[in-house]
Amino acid sequence: MSSANEPVIDIRDLTIRFGSFTAVDRVSLQVERGEVFGLLGPNGSGKTTLIRALCGLLPLAGGGATVLGHDVARDAERIRQSIGYMSQKFSLYADLSVQENMDFYSGIYGLRNSEAKQRQAELVELTGLEPYLGRWAGKLSGGWKQRLALVCALLHRPELVFLDEPTAGVDPVARRELWDLLFQLAGQGITLLVTTHYMDEAERCGRVGYLHLGTLLALDTPSALKRLPEVHPPGFRRLEIVTPDTAELLVRLKHRPTVQEATIFGQSIHALVRDDDTLADIAGPDVIIRPAAANLEDVFVTIARNRQRELAQAG
Amino acid sequence: MNGNTFLRTFSVARKELLHILRDPQTLFFTLFVPVMELFMLGYAIDTNVRNIRTVVVDYSGTQESRQLIDQFRNSGDFRIVANAYSDQVASRMIVAGKARIGIVIPENYTRRLEAGQTARILVLVDGTESSIAGEAVNVSNAITLRESLVRILGNKPLPVESQPRVLFNPDTRSANFFIPGLMVVMCQMMSTMLSANAIVREKELGTLEQLYMTPIRRGELILGKLSPYIVLTMLEFCFIAFLMWLVFQVPIHGSFLTLLMVSFPFFLTNLGLGLWISTKAATREASGQMAMGTFLPSIFLSGYVFPIDSMPALLQPVSQCFHTTWMIDASRSVILRGGGWPELWPHATVLWGMALAALVFGSLQVQKRV
Repeated sequence: MSSANEPVIDIRDLTIRFGSFTAVDRVSLQVERGEVFGLLGPNGSGKTTLIRALCGLLPLAGGGATVLGHDVARDAERIRQSIGYMSQKFSLYADLSVQENMDFYSGIYGLRNSEAKQRQAELVELTGLEPYLGRWAGKLSGGWKQRLALVCALLHRPELVFLDEPTAGVDPVARRELWDLLFQLAGQGITLLVTTHYMDEAERCGRVGYLHLGTLLALDTPSALKRLPEVHPPGFRRLEIVTPDTAELLVRLKHRPTVQEATIFGQSIHALVRDDDTLADIAGPDVIIRPAAANLEDVFVTIARNRQRELAQAG
Repeated sequence: MNGNTFLRTFSVARKELLHILRDPQTLFFTLFVPVMELFMLGYAIDTNVRNIRTVVVDYSGTQESRQLIDQFRNSGDFRIVANAYSDQVASRMIVAGKARIGIVIPENYTRRLEAGQTARILVLVDGTESSIAGEAVNVSNAITLRESLVRILGNKPLPVESQPRVLFNPDTRSANFFIPGLMVVMCQMMSTMLSANAIVREKELGTLEQLYMTPIRRGELILGKLSPYIVLTMLEFCFIAFLMWLVFQVPIHGSFLTLLMVSFPFFLTNLGLGLWISTKAATREASGQMAMGTFLPSIFLSGYVFPIDSMPALLQPVSQCFHTTWMIDASRSVILRGGGWPELWPHATVLWGMALAALVFGSLQVQKRV
């Protein structure tokens, strides 16, 4: 068992290869007990591979990792007994009822009858699945499916839960409710590692890691990431430009040598503009220009672009 | 830990049973298709040649020639469908498929008989169906030979006579030969396909990925998933045997329990094969095709349809490599010949060996994962 002050996940220089392809490249990171850790990165950046490696499902090409104090290369079975996993895809049995799915996973985790009943009741209460117990899992809506998946991942009181894009394809209300649930779990001392593409979800995480082509490019709290120097290059300032015609303005900004970045956010454009450019020609009666703070998306876009530039220069 | 092993295996088996019950279509097809085939093959297949359509051309038109024609008719092998006036007409009927045999008795038949010369009759045989042609040639030779002997010997008894006694299947009924094999082949197909599907389905749906993240061990998963199918297959085996006995009245001369015990490793072998297929196939379509691939050679080389004794010498040892061959032989031995353990222990030994090999090999493939 891991002691209270030892990290729940401890990854040191972990490398994973599939043939000649390096899926995870010398990643090091620690996750503390009770943390909600967000793992972000484009598709194919190695997030799911990293999780599978932490469950002891993949051979390591270099480095090492312990989960809950157990070595992933040697003690995979002990690890899988104390972790929960919930994936982006609904991976329960559609032709089994909610209750039958719970019973199945209770058995898989070795819960005896009374223990299973008690734990199921707790989780049903927590998630509000009560009215759906007899319904086939395949007939549930997206949000309820995810709740059921979460229940099945929590039956054995795991100390650590991996959530691989748990909210992909779930409506905003259900997403928010699921996150409220996750925070309740974190409050009970359960450590959560969540992968996501949603920036609002990333903002909710205690700390965030950004994976890009298998490399961990950033690792910090969301607020510290927004203050990273490369996100605020000297001589540039971030502006928010509100305009009725964002598409047309975006094209103009992208062709402007003094603009380093420009991205549309709803009715406005976030741009990184050189200090000496006042954007005088753009200003008008229905255009509002105001200074803006970097958000997480700005951070990740900047980091990824810088990295791609570096890689291109390296050849 | 042992308690957990049991609980995990049991949970998988219970879930698998629910899947089976929730998918009535698959259940229906796996249980009733073999029964349908039993009825189709049981009623349709008759390898004994009877009632061959025959056209007669009697140029002679004498009492002797009519006697000879009666011999053909009475043999039961020939059914005279027409009398033609010339061999051209008879030939055309054979070409048109209206008759398979033409018997032409020449005009001088009786004259030559009376003159002590050889009277030749012409038997035209449609060779497109080799079994019919062979039978027709044999029977017509026998009839003319007998006719000759009777004429030479007069009223004296035949010097030598063979008295064939067909053991185990005195009426030489085809059903008795086919159904014990059919039972084996049908259940083989069912068990291989079901077990392959069971794992490929979880792969397709992504639920296997989720299971890999849990503490369940491969052996527990495999045992749990396969055990409902072995029960189902053995029930089907018993059911077909029951229908065979009830509807087709094939008597079971040996102990059916012995046969069941021999069939157990046979079904384990099928499950092992299914397991191996499931690690190779990504979709249920692919696994179905691969199952058919293992299934066809075992039909043709197992002696199910074509007797092993008449296979080329090179292929005979190959046929011994199929578990189907051993199981069909065991099935016929118990059901038709009343065989018991003294005759069946080689079958049981070989089948257990094959079962262990298939299961170990299949499990190792699962271990390597997808």
